[in-house]
Amino acid sequence: MSRLRPPPNAQDHIQGRPDAPIQLVEYGDYECPFCGRAHLVVKAIQRAMGDDLLLAFRNFPLTQVHPRALRAAQAAEAAGLQDRFWPMHDLIFENQQFLEDEHLFRYAALCGCDLDQFAQDIDSDAVAEKVRSDFLSGARSGVNGTPTFFVNGERYDGSWEPEVLLSFLQQMRGVRELR
Amino acid sequence: MALEAGRQAPDFSLHTTPDQSVGLRDFRGRNVILAFYPADWSPVCSDQLPIYSELLPELRKLGAEVLGISVDGVWCHLAFAKDRKLRFPLLSDFEPKGEVARAYDVYRKGDGFSERALFVIDREGMIRWSYVSPIGVNPGADGILEALEGLQQGRKS
Repeated sequence: MSRLRPPPNAQDHIQGRPDAPIQLVEYGDYECPFCGRAHLVVKAIQRAMGDDLLLAFRNFPLTQVHPRALRAAQAAEAAGLQDRFWPMHDLIFENQQFLEDEHLFRYAALCGCDLDQFAQDIDSDAVAEKVRSDFLSGARSGVNGTPTFFVNGERYDGSWEPEVLLSFLQQMRGVRELR
Repeated sequence: MALEAGRQAPDFSLHTTPDQSVGLRDFRGRNVILAFYPADWSPVCSDQLPIYSELLPELRKLGAEVLGISVDGVWCHLAFAKDRKLRFPLLSDFEPKGEVARAYDVYRKGDGFSERALFVIDREGMIRWSYVSPIGVNPGADGILEALEGLQQGRKS
Protein backbone atom coordinates (compact mmCIF):
# COMPACT_ATOMS: atom_id res chain seq x y z
CA MET A 1 0.00 0.00 0.00
CA SER A 2 0.91 3.65 -0.51
CA ARG A 3 3.23 3.20 -3.47
CA LEU A 4 3.48 5.82 -6.15
CA ARG A 5 1.35 5.06 -9.19
CA PRO A 6 2.44 5.80 -11.89
CA PRO A 7 6.21 6.40 -11.50
CA PRO A 8 7.67 9.65 -12.87
CA ASN A 9 7.02 9.76 -16.61
CA ALA A 10 6.72 11.99 -19.66
CA GLN A 11 3.50 13.58 -18.37
CA ASP A 12 5.36 14.96 -15.35
CA HIS A 13 7.23 18.17 -14.78
CA ILE A 14 10.70 17.02 -13.93
CA GLN A 15 13.93 18.62 -12.82
CA GLY A 16 17.16 16.66 -12.71
CA ARG A 17 18.52 13.68 -14.56
CA PRO A 18 16.07 10.93 -15.45
CA ASP A 19 18.56 8.32 -14.22
CA ALA A 20 19.20 10.06 -10.87
CA PRO A 21 19.45 7.52 -8.04
CA ILE A 22 17.02 9.42 -5.83
CA GLN A 23 13.61 10.23 -7.27
CA LEU A 24 11.57 12.64 -5.20
CA VAL A 25 7.95 13.22 -6.20
CA GLU A 26 5.98 15.94 -4.44
CA TYR A 27 2.20 16.23 -4.42
CA GLY A 28 1.39 19.81 -3.54
CA ASP A 29 -1.24 22.53 -3.36
CA TYR A 30 -0.22 26.07 -4.29
CA GLU A 31 -2.39 27.68 -1.65
CA CYS A 32 -1.29 25.41 1.19
CA PRO A 33 1.08 27.19 3.59
CA PHE A 34 2.89 23.94 4.42
CA CYS A 35 3.63 23.45 0.73
CA GLY A 36 4.96 27.00 0.63
CA ARG A 37 7.45 26.09 3.35
CA ALA A 38 8.23 22.75 1.71
CA HIS A 39 9.03 24.60 -1.51
CA LEU A 40 12.05 26.20 0.17
CA VAL A 41 13.07 22.87 1.68
CA VAL A 42 12.94 21.20 -1.73
CA LYS A 43 15.09 23.96 -3.22
CA ALA A 44 17.70 23.45 -0.52
CA ILE A 45 17.62 19.69 -1.06
CA GLN A 46 18.07 20.13 -4.80
CA ARG A 47 21.13 22.32 -4.21
CA ALA A 48 22.59 19.84 -1.75
CA MET A 49 22.01 16.75 -3.88
CA GLY A 50 22.72 18.05 -7.35
CA ASP A 51 22.75 15.33 -9.99
CA ASP A 52 21.78 12.68 -7.46
CA LEU A 53 18.20 13.97 -7.39
CA LEU A 54 15.29 13.91 -9.76
CA LEU A 55 12.32 16.04 -8.68
CA ALA A 56 8.80 15.78 -10.05
CA PHE A 57 5.87 17.93 -8.96
CA ARG A 58 2.24 16.81 -9.20
CA ASN A 59 -0.86 18.81 -8.35
CA PHE A 60 -2.99 17.92 -5.37
CA PRO A 61 -5.26 20.93 -4.89
CA LEU A 62 -7.66 20.62 -1.97
CA THR A 63 -10.17 22.89 -3.60
CA GLN A 64 -12.75 22.94 -0.82
CA VAL A 65 -10.25 24.16 1.75
CA HIS A 66 -8.20 26.30 -0.63
CA PRO A 67 -10.47 28.07 -3.11
CA ARG A 68 -7.61 29.45 -5.23
CA ALA A 69 -5.49 26.31 -5.37
CA LEU A 70 -7.10 24.83 -8.46
CA ARG A 71 -6.79 28.00 -10.52
CA ALA A 72 -3.15 28.34 -9.48
CA ALA A 73 -2.48 24.74 -10.51
CA GLN A 74 -4.11 25.39 -13.87
CA ALA A 75 -1.97 28.51 -14.28
CA ALA A 76 1.21 26.52 -13.67
CA GLU A 77 0.10 23.86 -16.15
CA ALA A 78 -0.85 26.50 -18.73
CA ALA A 79 2.63 28.02 -18.39
CA GLY A 80 3.97 24.49 -18.73
CA LEU A 81 2.44 24.24 -22.20
CA GLN A 82 4.82 27.05 -23.13
CA ASP A 83 7.77 25.32 -21.44
CA ARG A 84 7.60 27.68 -18.50
CA PHE A 85 6.27 25.40 -15.80
CA TRP A 86 9.14 25.72 -13.31
CA PRO A 87 9.57 29.50 -13.30
CA MET A 88 5.78 29.81 -12.92
CA HIS A 89 5.75 27.19 -10.17
CA ASP A 90 8.43 29.13 -8.28
CA LEU A 91 6.69 32.48 -8.68
CA ILE A 92 3.39 31.07 -7.47
CA PHE A 93 4.90 29.49 -4.37
CA GLU A 94 6.91 32.62 -3.62
CA ASN A 95 3.74 34.72 -3.78
CA GLN A 96 1.21 32.31 -2.29
CA GLN A 97 -0.94 35.02 -0.72
CA PHE A 98 -1.60 36.53 -4.15
CA LEU A 99 -3.36 34.02 -6.36
CA GLU A 100 -6.13 36.00 -8.02
CA ASP A 101 -6.25 36.02 -11.82
CA GLU A 102 -4.61 39.45 -12.04
CA HIS A 103 -1.63 38.04 -10.13
CA LEU A 104 -1.46 34.77 -12.04
CA PHE A 105 -1.44 36.64 -15.35
CA ARG A 106 1.28 38.95 -14.07
CA TYR A 107 3.42 35.93 -13.11
CA ALA A 108 2.82 34.41 -16.53
CA ALA A 109 4.00 37.65 -18.14
CA LEU A 110 7.09 37.70 -15.91
CA CYS A 111 7.88 34.15 -17.03
CA GLY A 112 7.71 35.27 -20.64
CA CYS A 113 4.49 33.49 -21.56
CA ASP A 114 2.44 34.55 -24.56
CA LEU A 115 -0.53 35.87 -22.61
CA ASP A 116 -3.18 35.22 -25.26
CA GLN A 117 -2.15 31.61 -25.43
CA PHE A 118 -1.94 31.45 -21.63
CA ALA A 119 -5.47 32.85 -21.32
CA GLN A 120 -6.75 30.13 -23.63
CA ASP A 121 -4.88 27.33 -21.96
CA ILE A 122 -5.69 28.18 -18.34
CA ASP A 123 -9.37 27.58 -19.14
CA SER A 124 -8.84 24.58 -21.40
CA ASP A 125 -10.18 21.09 -20.77
CA ALA A 126 -6.72 19.64 -21.35
CA VAL A 127 -5.25 21.63 -18.46
CA ALA A 128 -8.20 20.86 -16.18
CA GLU A 129 -7.80 17.16 -16.98
CA LYS A 130 -4.07 17.22 -16.32
CA VAL A 131 -4.64 18.68 -12.84
CA ARG A 132 -7.42 16.21 -12.04
CA SER A 133 -5.35 13.30 -13.29
CA ASP A 134 -2.48 14.38 -11.02
CA PHE A 135 -4.94 14.55 -8.13
CA LEU A 136 -6.36 11.09 -8.84
CA SER A 137 -2.93 9.52 -9.18
CA GLY A 138 -2.17 11.02 -5.77
CA ALA A 139 -5.34 9.63 -4.20
CA ARG A 140 -4.53 6.23 -5.67
CA SER A 141 -0.97 6.40 -4.39
CA GLY A 142 -2.05 7.17 -0.83
CA VAL A 143 -1.42 10.91 -0.66
CA ASN A 144 -2.70 11.82 2.79
CA GLY A 145 -2.21 15.54 3.02
CA THR A 146 -0.19 18.30 1.43
CA PRO A 147 2.62 18.16 0.81
CA THR A 148 3.11 14.40 0.44
CA PHE A 149 6.48 13.14 -0.79
CA PHE A 150 7.34 9.86 -2.43
CA VAL A 151 10.97 8.77 -2.41
CA ASN A 152 11.83 6.17 -5.03
CA GLY A 153 8.19 5.22 -5.20
CA GLU A 154 7.39 4.89 -1.51
CA ARG A 155 5.40 7.37 0.54
CA TYR A 156 7.70 9.23 2.89
CA ASP A 157 5.92 9.66 6.24
CA GLY A 158 8.83 11.27 8.09
CA SER A 159 9.46 14.91 8.83
CA TRP A 160 10.38 17.20 5.96
CA GLU A 161 12.43 19.53 8.07
CA PRO A 162 15.41 20.13 5.76
CA GLU A 163 18.05 18.29 7.82
CA VAL A 164 15.81 15.28 8.40
CA LEU A 165 14.70 14.86 4.82
CA LEU A 166 18.17 15.52 3.43
CA SER A 167 19.83 13.00 5.70
CA PHE A 168 17.16 10.44 4.79
CA LEU A 169 17.77 10.99 1.09
CA GLN A 170 21.54 10.91 1.47
CA GLN A 171 21.28 7.72 3.44
CA MET A 172 19.21 6.16 0.67
CA ARG A 173 21.75 7.38 -1.83
CA GLY A 174 24.52 5.76 0.22
CA VAL A 175 22.64 2.48 0.47
CA ARG A 176 22.23 2.37 -3.29
CA GLU A 177 25.92 3.08 -3.79
CA LEU A 178 26.84 0.09 -1.62
CA ARG A 179 24.77 -2.30 -3.69
CA MET B 1 -9.70 -5.84 16.47
CA ALA B 2 -11.99 -4.07 14.07
CA LEU B 3 -14.77 -6.12 12.47
CA GLU B 4 -13.38 -7.79 9.38
CA ALA B 5 -14.51 -8.40 5.83
CA GLY B 6 -17.30 -10.95 5.53
CA ARG B 7 -19.23 -9.76 8.61
CA GLN B 8 -22.62 -8.10 8.43
CA ALA B 9 -22.15 -4.40 9.26
CA PRO B 10 -23.93 -3.47 12.50
CA ASP B 11 -26.79 -1.08 11.77
CA PHE B 12 -27.09 2.26 13.56
CA SER B 13 -29.01 5.48 13.56
CA LEU B 14 -27.08 8.60 14.52
CA HIS B 15 -27.66 12.33 14.41
CA THR B 16 -25.93 14.34 11.70
CA THR B 17 -27.67 17.57 12.68
CA PRO B 18 -29.79 18.43 15.73
CA ASP B 19 -32.96 17.31 13.90
CA GLN B 20 -31.71 14.77 11.35
CA SER B 21 -30.56 11.20 11.76
CA VAL B 22 -28.89 8.85 9.35
CA GLY B 23 -28.89 5.06 9.46
CA LEU B 24 -26.84 2.51 7.59
CA ARG B 25 -30.11 1.06 6.31
CA ASP B 26 -30.82 4.30 4.43
CA PHE B 27 -27.95 3.39 2.10
CA ARG B 28 -29.03 -0.09 1.02
CA GLY B 29 -28.25 -0.42 -2.66
CA ARG B 30 -25.22 1.86 -2.31
CA ASN B 31 -21.75 1.06 -1.08
CA VAL B 32 -20.84 2.95 2.08
CA ILE B 33 -17.44 4.14 3.24
CA LEU B 34 -17.65 4.44 7.00
CA ALA B 35 -14.72 6.53 8.22
CA PHE B 36 -14.25 6.50 11.99
CA TYR B 37 -11.88 9.22 13.18
CA PRO B 38 -10.82 10.32 16.66
CA ALA B 39 -11.98 13.92 16.72
CA ASP B 40 -13.05 16.97 14.74
CA TRP B 41 -10.28 19.59 14.53
CA SER B 42 -7.36 17.27 15.22
CA PRO B 43 -4.56 18.00 12.72
CA VAL B 44 -4.62 14.58 11.06
CA CYS B 45 -8.42 14.41 10.64
CA SER B 46 -8.28 17.87 9.14
CA ASP B 47 -6.47 16.53 6.08
CA GLN B 48 -8.12 13.13 5.86
CA LEU B 49 -11.75 14.17 5.42
CA PRO B 50 -11.16 16.94 2.85
CA ILE B 51 -9.43 14.37 0.62
CA TYR B 52 -12.55 12.16 0.67
CA SER B 53 -14.66 15.23 0.01
CA GLU B 54 -12.50 16.12 -2.97
CA LEU B 55 -12.83 12.56 -4.30
CA LEU B 56 -16.63 12.37 -4.00
CA PRO B 57 -17.31 12.39 -7.76
CA GLU B 58 -15.04 9.36 -8.28
CA LEU B 59 -16.38 7.58 -5.20
CA ARG B 60 -19.97 8.10 -6.36
CA LYS B 61 -19.07 6.70 -9.76
CA LEU B 62 -18.01 3.60 -7.85
CA GLY B 63 -21.48 3.54 -6.26
CA ALA B 64 -20.30 4.72 -2.86
CA GLU B 65 -21.29 7.30 -0.26
CA VAL B 66 -19.01 8.55 2.50
CA LEU B 67 -20.02 8.83 6.15
CA GLY B 68 -17.63 10.32 8.69
CA ILE B 69 -18.17 9.31 12.30
CA SER B 70 -16.69 10.43 15.61
CA VAL B 71 -17.80 10.91 19.21
CA ASP B 72 -18.11 14.69 18.77
CA GLY B 73 -21.51 16.32 19.23
CA VAL B 74 -23.63 17.60 16.34
CA TRP B 75 -22.80 21.26 16.94
CA CYS B 76 -19.12 20.52 16.83
CA HIS B 77 -19.61 18.49 13.62
CA LEU B 78 -21.57 21.32 12.00
CA ALA B 79 -18.83 23.84 12.73
CA PHE B 80 -16.11 21.46 11.54
CA ALA B 81 -17.94 20.49 8.34
CA LYS B 82 -18.61 24.12 7.55
CA ASP B 83 -15.02 25.15 8.17
CA ARG B 84 -13.62 22.36 5.96
CA LYS B 85 -16.49 22.61 3.47
CA LEU B 86 -17.11 18.87 3.71
CA ARG B 87 -19.76 17.56 1.35
CA PHE B 88 -20.75 14.39 3.16
CA PRO B 89 -22.49 13.81 6.51
CA LEU B 90 -20.64 13.58 9.81
CA LEU B 91 -22.35 11.26 12.28
CA SER B 92 -22.34 11.93 15.97
CA ASP B 93 -21.56 8.79 18.01
CA PHE B 94 -22.27 10.84 21.10
CA GLU B 95 -25.01 9.24 23.19
CA PRO B 96 -24.39 6.63 24.42
CA LYS B 97 -20.86 7.72 23.73
CA GLY B 98 -18.97 5.58 21.22
CA GLU B 99 -21.72 2.94 21.02
CA VAL B 100 -21.33 2.48 17.28
CA ALA B 101 -17.53 2.51 17.48
CA ARG B 102 -17.84 -0.27 20.08
CA ALA B 103 -20.14 -2.25 17.79
CA TYR B 104 -17.46 -2.10 15.08
CA ASP B 105 -14.80 -2.85 17.68
CA VAL B 106 -12.82 0.33 17.07
CA TYR B 107 -13.40 2.18 20.36
CA ARG B 108 -10.37 3.16 22.44
CA LYS B 109 -11.64 2.82 25.98
CA GLY B 110 -8.82 4.63 27.78
CA ASP B 111 -8.96 7.55 25.37
CA GLY B 112 -12.72 7.90 24.99
CA PHE B 113 -12.64 8.15 21.21
CA SER B 114 -12.44 5.78 18.26
CA GLU B 115 -9.56 4.45 16.22
CA ARG B 116 -8.87 5.92 12.83
CA ALA B 117 -10.66 3.09 11.04
CA LEU B 118 -12.14 2.62 7.60
CA PHE B 119 -14.89 0.21 6.55
CA VAL B 120 -16.15 -0.40 3.05
CA ILE B 121 -19.67 -1.83 3.26
CA ASP B 122 -21.38 -3.22 0.18
CA ARG B 123 -24.88 -2.73 -1.19
CA GLU B 124 -26.26 -5.54 0.95
CA GLY B 125 -24.74 -4.23 4.17
CA MET B 126 -21.79 -6.61 4.31
CA ILE B 127 -18.34 -5.41 5.38
CA ARG B 128 -16.02 -5.99 2.43
CA TRP B 129 -12.84 -4.29 3.63
CA SER B 130 -11.65 -2.74 6.87
CA TYR B 131 -8.48 -1.05 7.98
CA VAL B 132 -7.25 0.52 11.20
CA SER B 133 -4.57 3.14 10.71
CA PRO B 134 -2.02 4.12 13.36
CA ILE B 135 -3.84 6.89 15.24
CA GLY B 136 -1.50 9.66 14.05
CA VAL B 137 -1.32 8.59 10.41
CA ASN B 138 -3.88 9.67 7.87
CA PRO B 139 -4.62 6.54 5.79
CA GLY B 140 -5.37 8.44 2.57
CA ALA B 141 -7.77 6.98 0.01
CA ASP B 142 -5.79 4.31 -1.85
CA GLY B 143 -7.20 1.40 0.17
CA ILE B 144 -10.78 2.61 -0.24
CA LEU B 145 -10.42 3.03 -4.01
CA GLU B 146 -8.94 -0.43 -4.37
CA ALA B 147 -11.69 -2.03 -2.29
CA LEU B 148 -14.45 -0.27 -4.24
CA GLU B 149 -12.92 -1.17 -7.58
CA GLY B 150 -12.75 -4.77 -6.42
CA LEU B 151 -16.49 -4.67 -5.67
CA GLN B 152 -17.21 -3.08 -9.03
CA GLN B 153 -15.32 -5.81 -10.87
CA GLY B 154 -17.06 -8.48 -8.81
CA ARG B 155 -20.42 -7.17 -10.03
CA LYS B 156 -19.39 -7.15 -13.67
CA SER B 157 -18.01 -10.65 -13.80
